[in-house]
Amino acid sequence: MPEEARERILRKLRTARGEPVPEKKSNFGVLERKTWPQGERYARLRRMMEAVRTEFVETTREGWPSDVLDFARAQGLSAILYGPRTTEGVRLASSWQAGAGPRLVPYDRSVEEIKRELFEEIDAGFTTTRGGIAETGGLILWPSPEEPRLLSLVPPVHLALLDTERIYDTFWQALRAEQWASGMPANALLISGPSKTADIEQTLAYGVHGPKRLVVFAIR
Amino acid sequence: MSVEGSPAFRPEAVRALCDSQLRANFRRAMDGLVAKRAAVFTDPIEWRELRALGASLRAGAIARLPELLEELERNCVGNGIRVHWAETTQEANAVVLAILREHGASRVVKGKSMVSEEMHLNEFLEHHGVESLESDLGEYIIQLDGETPSHIIMPAIHKNKGQIARLFGQKIRDARYTEDVDELTAIARRVLRRKFFEADAGISGVNFAVAQTGTLCLVENEGNGRMSTHVPPLHIALMGIEKVVERLEDVPPLYSLLTRSATGQMITTYFNMITGPRGPEEKDGPLEVHLVILDNERSRIYADVELAATLRCIRCGACMNHCPVYSRVGGHAYQAVYPGPIGKILTPQTEGLDRRHDLLHASSLCGACVEVCPVEIPITELLIRLRKEATHADPRSPVRGAGGGRRRLEDLAWRLWATAHRNSRLYRLAGLAATRLRHFLPARLPPLSAWTSTRATPRPAPRTLHELAREKGVPDA
Amino acid sequence: MAGRERPEAVYYYGTCLVDLFYPEAGLCGIRLLEREGLRVIFPQAQTCCAQPAFNCGYHDEAREVARVQIALFPESHPIVVPSGSCAAMMKRHYPALFEGDPDLRRAQAVADRVVELTDFLVTVLRVRLTDLGDQARVTWHASCHALRDMGIDEQPKRLLAQLNNIKLVPLDRERECCGFGGTFAVREPEISAAMVEDKAADIASTGAATLVSADAGCLLNIGGRLEARGDTVRPMHIAEFLWERTRER
Repeated sequence: MPEEARERILRKLRTARGEPVPEKKSNFGVLERKTWPQGERYARLRRMMEAVRTEFVETTREGWPSDVLDFARAQGLSAILYGPRTTEGVRLASSWQAGAGPRLVPYDRSVEEIKRELFEEIDAGFTTTRGGIAETGGLILWPSPEEPRLLSLVPPVHLALLDTERIYDTFWQALRAEQWASGMPANALLISGPSKTADIEQTLAYGVHGPKRLVVFAIR
Repeated sequence: MSVEGSPAFRPEAVRALCDSQLRANFRRAMDGLVAKRAAVFTDPIEWRELRALGASLRAGAIARLPELLEELERNCVGNGIRVHWAETTQEANAVVLAILREHGASRVVKGKSMVSEEMHLNEFLEHHGVESLESDLGEYIIQLDGETPSHIIMPAIHKNKGQIARLFGQKIRDARYTEDVDELTAIARRVLRRKFFEADAGISGVNFAVAQTGTLCLVENEGNGRMSTHVPPLHIALMGIEKVVERLEDVPPLYSLLTRSATGQMITTYFNMITGPRGPEEKDGPLEVHLVILDNERSRIYADVELAATLRCIRCGACMNHCPVYSRVGGHAYQAVYPGPIGKILTPQTEGLDRRHDLLHASSLCGACVEVCPVEIPITELLIRLRKEATHADPRSPVRGAGGGRRRLEDLAWRLWATAHRNSRLYRLAGLAATRLRHFLPARLPPLSAWTSTRATPRPAPRTLHELAREKGVPDA
Repeated sequence: MAGRERPEAVYYYGTCLVDLFYPEAGLCGIRLLEREGLRVIFPQAQTCCAQPAFNCGYHDEAREVARVQIALFPESHPIVVPSGSCAAMMKRHYPALFEGDPDLRRAQAVADRVVELTDFLVTVLRVRLTDLGDQARVTWHASCHALRDMGIDEQPKRLLAQLNNIKLVPLDRERECCGFGGTFAVREPEISAAMVEDKAADIASTGAATLVSADAGCLLNIGGRLEARGDTVRPMHIAEFLWERTRER
């Protein structure tokens, strides 16, 4: 039966119109004009994201692992889930001191095996990002086998590493510059802040189903 | 012929007008959304150009609908997404149930999907022993209360805090009564987190389906969409045939128009792009992703080039936020899945003019919707076109139920009107009569009584402009 | 329209509601134009622009009546219309109404020459007004079709701004529909009543003595409600308002 539906629908569509309607070419000029000087992009991204309760910690290329550790300790986060096989994951693990302080938990098994721990015991998930977007604020993530999807979703806190030199003007620019159309991963996403809703009397409330906090470690 | 027993807008609208709590809730909510939208479209040139781009992208996609749907299917399948087609909502429900049965799934979490409302999916699944829980907070609230959405973006917009607090207190186990928004949200988070954990399957809608790459795009703020589509081992996505866009680069401008028009946000919390199930080495994500493509009369709308503009809609809700009728009566008065201006042109076409021609007149044609539509749907023009289709039974008409709103009395009235107005001498004679007899207007008789019940009786002037102009010596043509 | 040359003569299309309910305002419109040195021609055979039938989907009947209207303007003079909705009907909808019809050319020629009164006064005639009236508080209602279909927003305000003795108090919801919508007022009378009540309350709260508008339908609707409420605000068409304030005593 599903096979038939396909033929029925396509047949209706194909026979519906007489002549094809001439196509007008779309003008993307309005998007092309949205640019900011390199130096201003981070400031704009930060402003837009802080307006929706994203937290920022400024850090450096050398110092970010210890900044993340310090932050986790100060916030009382005792279990941090991360991807152990990324370059950053390796650096994070090697900077971590065993003993007192937060536990680093590797996301090295399938979700079926780690699910209960993920939902009930993990305080924060750490991920890298692919870059950011200046116009609207926003981080670009491409989850992968090394950094799975749920890292940035299930734990109540999401710790995200951002290289501030990889901030694009607009989503459109990012997608074209990196030629996403030539190969999309199974999942790609933009994240602009902690989860929120305004469904109750249009009053903003944070921390709905996604993370309650998004902390961006911005490498400058 | 009009179908007896069809929903009628007017009595429901009257009921809503008498509900002062509802009116206050809606007015406040609409004013807020109008202001939020205005705050992010401050540059008139940017607005004009961005919406022209949006209109052109959507019109372009609709114009090539069959090819793009085939390209979408090809690329989705190539990505490992299983594609199903359904001509009717019954077929769509059957497809969804079959997929769930195949996986032994009986606990579903759902993201927001207006298409699923068209299908009455939850009711169908419950009837077949499948729990289908809404996870978007607004949808969760109305599901708890056994209601349908009253707005396509903010489904619980008709409820205030107190009503929600009472609802949670009554219906959610272990929830203590609170009117604090953060606490209410935390209760919902707790309940749904358990459900995401346990669910066998997640069902979602689709905001944009990209033909070029076989990608399904989902827009959300809460995270429930990602939870529903990434945690359970099975994900079923539902879309109307019109949701396809041609290229990946078409998405950002449409996404920007959507979020800004809907809630005045430059970007939502999450923009989720799904191009396949869990990859061979991935550790999470659904093992299977299915896409159900639903027609439900859209192909019929597509057949008429003018009316096909209806299909451009990106479901932002701006039209209803700005509508002076919707903001006074709310969504339920329309008794349709899609309320407000878009509902007034879409519903009569999908349900039939014979059943829902009532909606065509729920409009003063003020054009506030046209002014804010991000894809330039000429809603008032389409309303006029549909009014014509409803009142004239043309066998060649492409519209479902054409002629179904025809009334002999109205035909006669307009014939008389035409007779009086195409003959200028007759018209001037009628003008003389109306002015000389102006104190004897039958103000108490319908249809005039509808006017005079709340307004002073309109009195024609002592003499017409034709007379005054002649007297003054203004030259005739 | 902006910067068009002054014509020597214009046609005046009064509109049926002005004809029957606000003929004095219609005449004031003619006077305003004649005062600027124009020859104004009023085709006596004019009846109605056919908008009511058109909006209700009765396009054959609308075309019958429209066909008579388009034959009234043989010369190439502009056609000035003291109503945004009627002007919009003729300008935006007449060509489509006559598609495939032998009169299409004529309909298009008429559509091209139609201009709303305040637009004409401001952008073509660039009138200069001197206020000879007493101090007055007024408010302005922007009619939907004028606003959205004809782009009439700034023009009336520019005219009112030239009157030094008036204070223009804006409405809270200036651009919201008054609920007239032609047959809407009798098909959905309860909603229409709710809309006009809100509009009347908005007007009353400005403390204005006069409500000015450029559309007779709106004036009839709002005026009727104001009167039923016992409000003393006087509804006036902008043509009458401007003429009364500026004519030599």
